[in-house]
Amino acid sequence: MTETATDAVRPPEAAAPLLELRAVNKSFGAVHVLRDVHLAAYAGQVTALVGDNGAGKSTLIKCIGGIHPIDSGEYLFDGKPVTVHGPRDASHLGIEIVYQDLALCDNLDIVQNMFLGRERTNGIVLDESSMERMAADTLAGLKVRTVKSIRQHVASLSGGQRQTVAIAKAVLWNSRIVILDEPTAALGVAQTRQVLDLVRRLADQGLAVVLISHNLNDVFEVADRISALYLGQVAAEVETSAVTHGQVVELITTGRSDGVADARPTGTEVGTEVGTA
Amino acid sequence: MSGVQDDKTSETGHLHAMAEVAAIDATEAGDAVPEAAATEGAGMSVDTAPSPWRRLVSSPVVMTFFFLAVTMVLFSILAPGKFGTTSNFEQLAQNVAILTVVSIGTTFVIATAGIDLSIPSGIVLGEVFALKALGLVTVGSGTAVDVASEDTTAWYVVVALAASLLSGLLLGLINGFTVGYMRIPPMLATLGTLGGGLGIALLLQNGVNTATYALNSVATGQVIPGLSNLVLIGLLVVGIGYVGMHRAVFGRHTLAIGSSEESARRVGLKVERHLLKVYTVGGLASGFGGFLSVAYFSTTSVAGHSTDNLQAITAVALGGTSLFGGVASIIGTLIGVWIPAVLQNGFIIIGVQPYWQMVAVGVVLILAIYSDQLRRRSRSRR
Repeated sequence: MTETATDAVRPPEAAAPLLELRAVNKSFGAVHVLRDVHLAAYAGQVTALVGDNGAGKSTLIKCIGGIHPIDSGEYLFDGKPVTVHGPRDASHLGIEIVYQDLALCDNLDIVQNMFLGRERTNGIVLDESSMERMAADTLAGLKVRTVKSIRQHVASLSGGQRQTVAIAKAVLWNSRIVILDEPTAALGVAQTRQVLDLVRRLADQGLAVVLISHNLNDVFEVADRISALYLGQVAAEVETSAVTHGQVVELITTGRSDGVADARPTGTEVGTEVGTA
Repeated sequence: MSGVQDDKTSETGHLHAMAEVAAIDATEAGDAVPEAAATEGAGMSVDTAPSPWRRLVSSPVVMTFFFLAVTMVLFSILAPGKFGTTSNFEQLAQNVAILTVVSIGTTFVIATAGIDLSIPSGIVLGEVFALKALGLVTVGSGTAVDVASEDTTAWYVVVALAASLLSGLLLGLINGFTVGYMRIPPMLATLGTLGGGLGIALLLQNGVNTATYALNSVATGQVIPGLSNLVLIGLLVVGIGYVGMHRAVFGRHTLAIGSSEESARRVGLKVERHLLKVYTVGGLASGFGGFLSVAYFSTTSVAGHSTDNLQAITAVALGGTSLFGGVASIIGTLIGVWIPAVLQNGFIIIGVQPYWQMVAVGVVLILAIYSDQLRRRSRSRR
């Protein structure tokens, strides 16, 4: 491992990533979607996951979220190997995924959505006032000021507000990692601004954030590190400050770029030495 | 706690919250928020109260309640001393009680964007199972079917009730399994069990009805003086349904699945299992309705319930529960059950051909659905 490579990924304080996937493989029938994929997410950092359509981004996050089981490889959380069999296992670990759409139920209000599947009860009846208070506190803690009433139905919210609620829902549960699938797709300029600010705030509060995005402006604005996927393989894992826009485009479209020090743990041999920095 | 005001408006229980959150951020004030305020006004706090008329037409429950109140007042004026009497209301309440029980069950089904056409078979099976169970209890030289109403015991009632609920449970489980796990569209799945269930009931009865007076006291007795048991049972079921739908996790998940099945699945709800439960609730309600029916009418009526499914669906839809799922109102269903009954009763009393009731119910139903559509449209406009 060269000096430049170790420098390229410099985790903030703790060297160990909060979430790490090593040499993960996933096939659907004959289609080998993920090949020896490595991914690391660090607390307090935004890790952008970029790649063209079909590069395997969605499959990768569904593997993290427990929707698809991985065929082989290691899934490490907080340095310990774990197995994740379903969405509940993932959220149990503190991993929350905000899907691009289908994250919220339109006919339920903000509080109902934020607590869906994890309602607080008082005997057999729902404990509305405590849920409402927690939801309000969470939104206030994220400095969300755009929703008029937390009893508003989600259907009446704008795209940015919906995304905000979906993210707030993810952090309500003392989650430690939030994975955002294209949170700014289909948003206007001002709303994108809001969501990106929120993403940054999550990381500043100490969460590990994985941001999937097609929009490199967004990526360069908020991400600390960039992982580029190309045809199911990791093309590069680099610090954002170490690369240019053009280089990332090259990584996405061709899988390599001159001058980009690939910071993956040496090659794809599993688990030899990781994070020795 | 600063901005939280406990302002429970009707059953939707909107608790408005948070001055901080309510403060509109400048970045988005330009587009989304004011429009949201204009369209979702009914649930908002102090600001931007919409005109009373808009509120009225934007809430099917309010509109149908308004309609019910107006018709009742009209009939009272047109037939003084006849329509608006206590005895007439007692009669009306008894007439709608069984349909109320069944409709509460089907409200849950419709809230998932499903439908239950098998209600008639549920009711008839409930009747037949109750009767067959009574037939298994020997009393003297005969069976419990033949005891006089004053000689009945709690034991006969319990046996019959258990049998009715068992039939409802089985029907509901079959409905729930076919809809939830086999992914058969609810309309077809329950059309299948409608025919199948009725067929089994007719086979068990050889196509003829049997009378029994053993369960009479369940319907006509008065545990609370002045209130017939049948009406009391109906009210209790409404209460249970209200808590189950609007105050409990069960209803929350039911509405979530009706709103977006995929979103519900993503948060980890077990959609198939919940659908199984919801259709089981529907089946149990039908079976219980059958038990009440045989108690009230003192006989099975294997051919007498063929439109009960449509009546129940009408009541649920009139009450503002959306056939597209995700929106439901138990109180609305209660109102929806009363409208056709009041119209029929009122028309007979004032001497109008009662067939006009069918016409009137049809018109009201379409108007109610239209107002639901208006609300949905205005709400999803961004």
